[in-house]
Amino acid sequence: MIEFYLNDQPIRTTEAPASALLDFVRYHEHLMGTKIGCREGDCGACTVLVGELTTDGQKVTYQSMTSCLTPLGNAHGKHIVTVEGINAAAGQLTPVQQAIVEEGGSQCGFCTVGFVMSLTGHSLSEQPATEKSTIAAIDGNICRCTGYKSLERAAATLTAQLANRPTQNAVAWLSEKQFVPAYFEGIPAKLAGLRTQLADAEAKAKALNEASFATAGNDAGAVSTSPSGHAQSQNGHGSSFPHAAHPLLGGGTDLLVQRLEELREQPVRLVFDQSGRRGIRQEAAGRVVLGAATTASHLLESELMRSLIPQLPQYLKLVSSTPIRNMGTVAGNFINGSPIGDLTIMFLALGASITLADLTGATRELALPNVYLGYKRLAKTADEQVTEISFPTSLPGDFFNFEKVSKRTHLDIASVNSAAWLRVENGIIQAARVSAGGVGPVPLYLARTSDFLVGRELSAETVAAANEVMQTEISPISDVRGTVEYKRLLLRQLLLAHFLRFAPEEIVVSNLI
Amino acid sequence: MNHLDPQRHVRGESQYLDDVPTQQGTLFAAVFESPLAHGVLVNLDLSAALAAPGVVRILTADDIPGDNQIGGIVPDEPLLAHGHVHFRGQPVALVLARHEHQAHAALKLIKVDIEPLPIITDPRVAAAQGELIVPPRTFKIGDSAATWASCAHVFEGVAESGGQEHLYIETQGAYAFPTEMGGVRIISSTQGPTAVQRHTAHVLGLGMHQVEVDVTRLGGGFGGKEDQATPWGALAALGAYCTKKPVKLVLDRMADMRMTGKRHPYSSDFKIGLDKDLRIVAYEVTFFQNAGAAADLSPAVMERTLFHATNSYFVPNVTATAFSCRTNLPPNTAFRGFGGPQGMFVIESAIAKAAEELGIPACEIQRKNLLRENDLFSYRQPAEMCHAEQAWDTAAKEFDLAGTRAEVEQFNQQNKLQKKGLAVMPICFGISFTKTPMNQARALVHIYSDGSVGVSTGAVEMGQGVNTKIAHVAARTLGISVNRVKVESTNTTRVANTSPSAASATADLNGKATEMACAALRERLLRHACTEYTLNYEGLEIRDEQVLAAGVPAETDWEKLVSSAFWKRVALTENAHYATPDLHFDAATNQGHPFAYHVYGTAITTVTVDCLRGTYTVDALRIAHDFGQSFNEVIDRGQIEGGAVQGIGWMTMEEIAYNAEGRLLSNSLNSYKIPDIYAAPKVLDVHFLDTPGHPKAILRSKAVGEPPLMYGIGTYFALRDAVRAFQPRTALPFSAPMTPEKVLVSLYPEFSAAETGWNATAVGTPASIAS
Ligand SMILES: Cc1cc2nc3c(=O)[nH]c(=O)nc-3n(C[C@H](O)[C@H](O)[C@H](O)COP(=O)(O)OP(=O)(O)OC[C@H]3O[C@@H](n4cnc5c(N)ncnc54)[C@H](O)[C@@H]3O)c2cc1C
Ligand code: FES
Ligand code: FES
Repeated sequence: MIEFYLNDQPIRTTEAPASALLDFVRYHEHLMGTKIGCREGDCGACTVLVGELTTDGQKVTYQSMTSCLTPLGNAHGKHIVTVEGINAAAGQLTPVQQAIVEEGGSQCGFCTVGFVMSLTGHSLSEQPATEKSTIAAIDGNICRCTGYKSLERAAATLTAQLANRPTQNAVAWLSEKQFVPAYFEGIPAKLAGLRTQLADAEAKAKALNEASFATAGNDAGAVSTSPSGHAQSQNGHGSSFPHAAHPLLGGGTDLLVQRLEELREQPVRLVFDQSGRRGIRQEAAGRVVLGAATTASHLLESELMRSLIPQLPQYLKLVSSTPIRNMGTVAGNFINGSPIGDLTIMFLALGASITLADLTGATRELALPNVYLGYKRLAKTADEQVTEISFPTSLPGDFFNFEKVSKRTHLDIASVNSAAWLRVENGIIQAARVSAGGVGPVPLYLARTSDFLVGRELSAETVAAANEVMQTEISPISDVRGTVEYKRLLLRQLLLAHFLRFAPEEIVVSNLI
Repeated sequence: MNHLDPQRHVRGESQYLDDVPTQQGTLFAAVFESPLAHGVLVNLDLSAALAAPGVVRILTADDIPGDNQIGGIVPDEPLLAHGHVHFRGQPVALVLARHEHQAHAALKLIKVDIEPLPIITDPRVAAAQGELIVPPRTFKIGDSAATWASCAHVFEGVAESGGQEHLYIETQGAYAFPTEMGGVRIISSTQGPTAVQRHTAHVLGLGMHQVEVDVTRLGGGFGGKEDQATPWGALAALGAYCTKKPVKLVLDRMADMRMTGKRHPYSSDFKIGLDKDLRIVAYEVTFFQNAGAAADLSPAVMERTLFHATNSYFVPNVTATAFSCRTNLPPNTAFRGFGGPQGMFVIESAIAKAAEELGIPACEIQRKNLLRENDLFSYRQPAEMCHAEQAWDTAAKEFDLAGTRAEVEQFNQQNKLQKKGLAVMPICFGISFTKTPMNQARALVHIYSDGSVGVSTGAVEMGQGVNTKIAHVAARTLGISVNRVKVESTNTTRVANTSPSAASATADLNGKATEMACAALRERLLRHACTEYTLNYEGLEIRDEQVLAAGVPAETDWEKLVSSAFWKRVALTENAHYATPDLHFDAATNQGHPFAYHVYGTAITTVTVDCLRGTYTVDALRIAHDFGQSFNEVIDRGQIEGGAVQGIGWMTMEEIAYNAEGRLLSNSLNSYKIPDIYAAPKVLDVHFLDTPGHPKAILRSKAVGEPPLMYGIGTYFALRDAVRAFQPRTALPFSAPMTPEKVLVSLYPEFSAAETGWNATAVGTPASIAS
């Protein structure tokens, strides 16, 4: 049984947990405001808001998500908001809607609800609204009609209005200004009630089952924390016993694109809301540890991550879009095994390893480069779950850079991406880790290139020589993202780009370019 | 006044095809498509699919009661493949099931046996093999061949422009219902309700009166639903007709991308001759249009390429020839600009080539050759009320062309790894369907006895704001508030024999018809007022819902007048017919007066290229555009902005890729990219030129749908300019789109699989990188 609030209505459903929230909203609840443009997270026409009760039970934080890829199971315990849930009575427009209408930000209208929801989500956010952040809120929404300038003007209007939003009790202000209906103020209490109720039910079920797995409440209150995740059978009844064969599902941003039909027919192990799978912490042993359900947005919000990698916001701006970053997990990116996974490429250069737990709870650690055996072939069994990701803390003065080039700069898959980490003393490279994606069957840790760099000086000659090594270490193929020649050339350029970022003065390029 | 629809759009209350409540008993359809691009259909095994859960029926060509033919211009396109398949994605069978997912699941169980035949994807190969859709056509004025010898400069070259996926966010679809008289009623997401009606009737062997097509609105069309909405409407109708159940067919995104045609890719040869003063004396061009496997609208698109082969320039000697080439790709179709952009790209390439070879800025040639009043186009229509020079000069002044150029040059001197580029793009676009008989429209206007008004026309609302414009025309003509006016759905039983909403002419044609109907009603009401209130007809008018006699309020207002007219049995309904006057064109001589008028404008584009990574940004697009007398600036500006960004997409990131087997590789939003918010130009200025408009334009407000797309072409040439600033020696083919890949390989032409180092590229000698 999946329970949540849809707008102001409580929902209890036995629909499949891996089915798309979009289908539930449109075809089960007949709320037709949410549109379908692609079913692969790439257009934003299906954007809804997902509100989650904070751990202290006081507040609900809202994020935009593409409902076409949101597993229904991930709505459990949450507040799902569609346009019908923010519309004011009697044809009145909310300030977001008003701004779009006034500026001519809607033509055919098919994309419009997505923009309305993203901007409403932004209004509900706790971050200050700036010109940039408001535009960033709609970076996952594609419009074929307007050319976006009118939407930018609407965003500017909104940014100005949100300047007055108080930091305390913002929802009351937002409801007074009709950004959201008044019922929003009661949602934290409703979700808190739901949390208690689900926890009770869970406790009872546990007592009945005498399950041998350790369980505890989590944020949403009703999800088992066994290493194998919380399982839900398709119809909500039958065994909730975790089963080895059940696929693991994180944010769903890869899996629901690839295998929605098939997953809908079977139980899955949901890890997105699993307790203890979130959070980013600094361990004493000089390592940074992330829970496996950490999303790209969590990385962005983490002060620790930003202090370690000051350029992180710029890097992550190149990774998917706001709603997808709100959903997609770091572990999902690793395990999806795409040769051009951006987070994977970053973490390869950061020297990450993953902790895998099997069904008995036994764990092992695996260095990230060793995860990849061949195209989408991993050194991991189907029942093993990633529980944690860790990487060594950089020292002050260490260099890190991430580069990505795609046909469209934002919300696109890389043609080639690359990350590099360097430790330099007195102009000599002491340690190096370079990774590259899109140039082989797996996300590549460039071991030979990295080794080659060590002990050499930071100079144009070193870059040129490293490129020669690197070119022998890669094996790109021609595809829709580029020809072999292009990918080789591009990676050479990105290698240079890393070094130009690290040490512009030292890299004299007269003999390079 | 704002666009009226968005009030509902922002609340999610506007109904699109897939939002229509599903009737009980509805069957869901899925299309089984050819997995091969060319071959003989040997056998189709439906047995496993028929046994699959929920499957009710599977229809093939054999189930078609009428004629299995939906070709609009040339009858060369079956609704369902029969005998042969001609492109990958061609509909072969229609699965009908109780649930959508059951229909889709059953597709995988159909087995088809196809004997492969050779596949052609390249239009030049097709032309060489005589695979032409229609005979080639040549537009000719003067004698180019005789002129070359006397030219001071002659340049030749090849220019290629790629296809473009429409990417309306709402995919294609239709919902058909059997009617009691054995016909069908179709709710369709189409720009051409009459096309759906006519072809469906033909396929079902019914009279057109037995097929009703209704369209409320489209979630985008851009030409992609002009002819290519027809197969889905006809297939849904076939399903409804055969099963006597409602049938709904909505393509998922990938099916839509695989199965439907796109903007035509062109490969062209050009030759341009200039005199010593840089006047273009002669221009010869041969266009090879990649039409795909069936005619669709290709002959008409090809014709418009010829009409716009010289863009905004006067050229006294022109020979322009076009071949519509049959390939094994989905039939390509209308897309905003309708072949015009493809034609313009070639002459702009020719001018750029001349400028590059002569070492002068292209705009010197462009400016010198702009059309002037009464200059003849190759098809002999003169440029009347011509604003080409005004548009250019206003843009140059308003947006400081000289200063911008100086800035670009200075930037390029100071920066090594970043280069800016600049281009000016003048446009001239003819308004009207070039097939003269299509320039007709009708409006049916009801005034209800309470004074509210319903307007039906043949116009389809797809975001371009035509309903708002029509409501405005009706309100203005009747002298009432626009709130009293409702524009109805587009329905073939209310307005028959319509032309599709296309050619930028929808608001003109349907607006004029509405104006005529409302003027007739107004006159009738005022005549009635005359008798009823013994007023003098001269000087009677309705303004702001008040009847005025010689400017003085009479004792009646709109509501009272309408009510009294009704009780006196005055007809409150009017049906008007408008046919654009003075149009003619002889397709045998390729001469005549095909356009009601032309629209002019000029855009200045600046870009910055990251010469390390090959990526780029469009910094500014500044446009001076000839709207005439715009009566809705919000809508009109929106058309310019949206069209221009679409054009930029076509020229930059939108890359359609088919492999040699005719399989679409750019087959989803994941692999086919259209501009997102960050890809839109940082600055997009639109200056409304001070022009009088044209009497054949509705309320003198000129058509605005297609012309702005062509401003995007400037981006290609600005990028080229920037690349050449970094790498003057690069052999840069004229090939759009200018993807980051093309930019990077042009920046580093010496790089190859064998030469992957830098030592090979000894270009420039900057001291160090500080930029
Ligand atoms: C529109 C769009 C744009 C995108 N853009 C980018 C981009 O720019 N760059 C990029 O790198 N990626 C991109 N992606 C891909 C995707 O968002 C990321 O790979 C994301 O990190 C996947 O995480 P997830 O939680 O959604 O994975 P899911 O889809 O839930 O799962 C992916 C795989 O990981 C497995 N898995 C998930 N969690 C665990 C776990 N804890 N233990 C073991 N296995 C697990 C699943 O079984 C599955 O095999 C994009 C996706 C979309 C839809
Ligand atoms: S439908 Fe396009 S993102 Fe969901
Ligand atoms: S308004 Fe049509 S897609 Fe945005």
